[in-house]
Amino acid sequence: MWDYTDKVKDHFFHPRNVGTIEDPDGVGEVGSLACGDMLRLMFKLDEAGRIRDIKFQTFGCGSAIAASSALTELVKGKTLDEAQKITNQDIARYLGGLPEQKMHCSVMGREALGAAIDNYRSGGVAKRTLEGRVICTCFGVTEKQIETAVRENGLRTVEDVTNYTKAGGGCGGCHPEIEKILARTWETDAASASPRKKLTTIQKIRTIEETIDREIRPHLESDGGGIDLVDVEGDRVVVALRGLCSGCAAAGVTIKDFIQAKLREFVSEDLVVEEEDS
Amino acid sequence: MRQAPKLNNPAGPFIPLVYLDNNATTRVAPEVVDAMLPFLTERYGNPSSIHAFGGDVKRDIDRARERVAALLGAEPSEIIFTSCGTESDNTAIRGTLQAYPEKRHILTSKVEHPAVRSLCRQLAKEGYRVTELPVDRAGKLDLDLLARSIADDTAIVSIMYANNETGVVFPIDEVARIAKARGVVVHTDAVQAAGKIPIDLRNLPVDLLAISGHKLHAPKGVGVLYVRKGTRLVPWLVGGHQERGRRGGTENVASIVGLGRAAELAMASIEEERTRVRALRDRLEAEILARCSDTRVNGDRDPDGAGRLPNTTSISFEYVEGEAILLMLDREGIGASSGSACTSGSLEPSHVLRAMGVPFSAAHGSIRFSLSRYTTDEEIDYVIEKMPGIIERLRAISPFGGARGVASGAR
Repeated sequence: MWDYTDKVKDHFFHPRNVGTIEDPDGVGEVGSLACGDMLRLMFKLDEAGRIRDIKFQTFGCGSAIAASSALTELVKGKTLDEAQKITNQDIARYLGGLPEQKMHCSVMGREALGAAIDNYRSGGVAKRTLEGRVICTCFGVTEKQIETAVRENGLRTVEDVTNYTKAGGGCGGCHPEIEKILARTWETDAASASPRKKLTTIQKIRTIEETIDREIRPHLESDGGGIDLVDVEGDRVVVALRGLCSGCAAAGVTIKDFIQAKLREFVSEDLVVEEEDS
Repeated sequence: MRQAPKLNNPAGPFIPLVYLDNNATTRVAPEVVDAMLPFLTERYGNPSSIHAFGGDVKRDIDRARERVAALLGAEPSEIIFTSCGTESDNTAIRGTLQAYPEKRHILTSKVEHPAVRSLCRQLAKEGYRVTELPVDRAGKLDLDLLARSIADDTAIVSIMYANNETGVVFPIDEVARIAKARGVVVHTDAVQAAGKIPIDLRNLPVDLLAISGHKLHAPKGVGVLYVRKGTRLVPWLVGGHQERGRRGGTENVASIVGLGRAAELAMASIEEERTRVRALRDRLEAEILARCSDTRVNGDRDPDGAGRLPNTTSISFEYVEGEAILLMLDREGIGASSGSACTSGSLEPSHVLRAMGVPFSAAHGSIRFSLSRYTTDEEIDYVIEKMPGIIERLRAISPFGGARGVASGAR
């Protein structure tokens, strides 16, 4: 069992501000059922532009519910500018601390708040979109989210990043990418990657095949699946998934995203992966 | 109802302890404690000593060996005492690989306990080929696929007897016959099966079988590896001549004696597991499904027989997360476990549920109740009474479950 503080337990067993608001001014939503936690946050402003009412709904573990509850208490009565200054550390501090591996719950709270404020400022149209490149395909975490968490929390290791953002907590395939972000953030003399040269078609196909052999196939095979390269037309890469991968409901999203991310990383940013029609 | 030892609540009101996490560990039977005590006090001799004070202890170890052998339908000489189930599994697999250095392939399943699964993944890094057989939605193996997956250089087939999370029992008999027909060594992790369902090694052609003391009301820190007579196995812990040179290290005498007594008690209560414990489990499961909407049992429910452990049920509650349920249960004095990501510290839900194709949403909200022969009717009533309110509260917080809550029985 986790070593939760009394404050965490209190906010879990007696969460504040649970529910929804009719006709809210801003709504933010982060996470998903698949990821194991999701937070929906909505607020209403008063005439002076302060948060008059704020409600949340959370699917998640004890600390996710407690962090959501804490967040609502922290921002009530604040202007949006004031609210926006609240960091995930503030949420964790308010709760008397969270276990390291649960810090991502506080980050989720902060992200939901940011999303709700963006939603309000864009006149209620802006749905939260993932900004920047997705680094962790298992949990859908972007480069920007990782960079923000690294900077704001002074994270130094991949494990830290996983604790705070979940990135890298699944297949582990993005650990080198996370290392790069950490190195870039903390070393001023960031090793600048040499710009990619334009590949000939032959070079491109060869590099794609090498990347599949080295980075992709072993990963799929460890789950009992397989992959074959069917065709390359310009930047369109057609693959066939074999074994357990094919026909799996998740094949459309996760596996394709994983393959595309790998090929973009090692071959060309412009590649688009498609599954062969069967 | 038993009162909890007042550890969490020394000054507070009465809190019951309804312990439904017996697949994690079990209470040490009082008879077992009694059997052990002399070896923790006056009879501290080393069984390897020549003098009678130590040497006499050897007889108690031999008696424990006979009792464990009787539980499994084995010969006493085929029983090696170890420190835990994990040591037994590691010894079985590594010891076989070392005995057949030319064979480079391991055949196992996707739903093994980490004692086998993590080891096999480690061995894959060391250069072995590892095949993890999938299971279907009911948690069952495809035996044809198993047969087809055996290669000429397969060193060992290691398939668990019964799954710790779902209680699904594998047809180890058929697994073993298929593998033996190809001359491959067969190991089974029977940690969850031993003491809950009958095991008879006279009619079960496995070569190696692992059990753990603390899963059958003996203490933690003692396990058994059964090694069928004539099986080639290189020792893993090398040291003194204990266990006839097959496992070095001074014997954990008190725990071994305790395990012997626990084996004897387990043998006497197997029928109770099959009848009374199973009826309690079935009632708990049926009532929860009836009282809470959007729930499902993970793994084959096996209404008629031997396909599931009698004490285990894994139930998924949609729209809520397992750790949150466990915290609520804990506050009511109910101990269970979950396959959710958050309980483990890993970020992904149970590999067993994922291998069975349980949707992530259901896997995150899975709760395992595992009973024992100490579980009472009254305790099951108490859990049945508390469960709907807990699910209702959490669904009221959840963005997916607000409108649904707990049902009315309409499913």
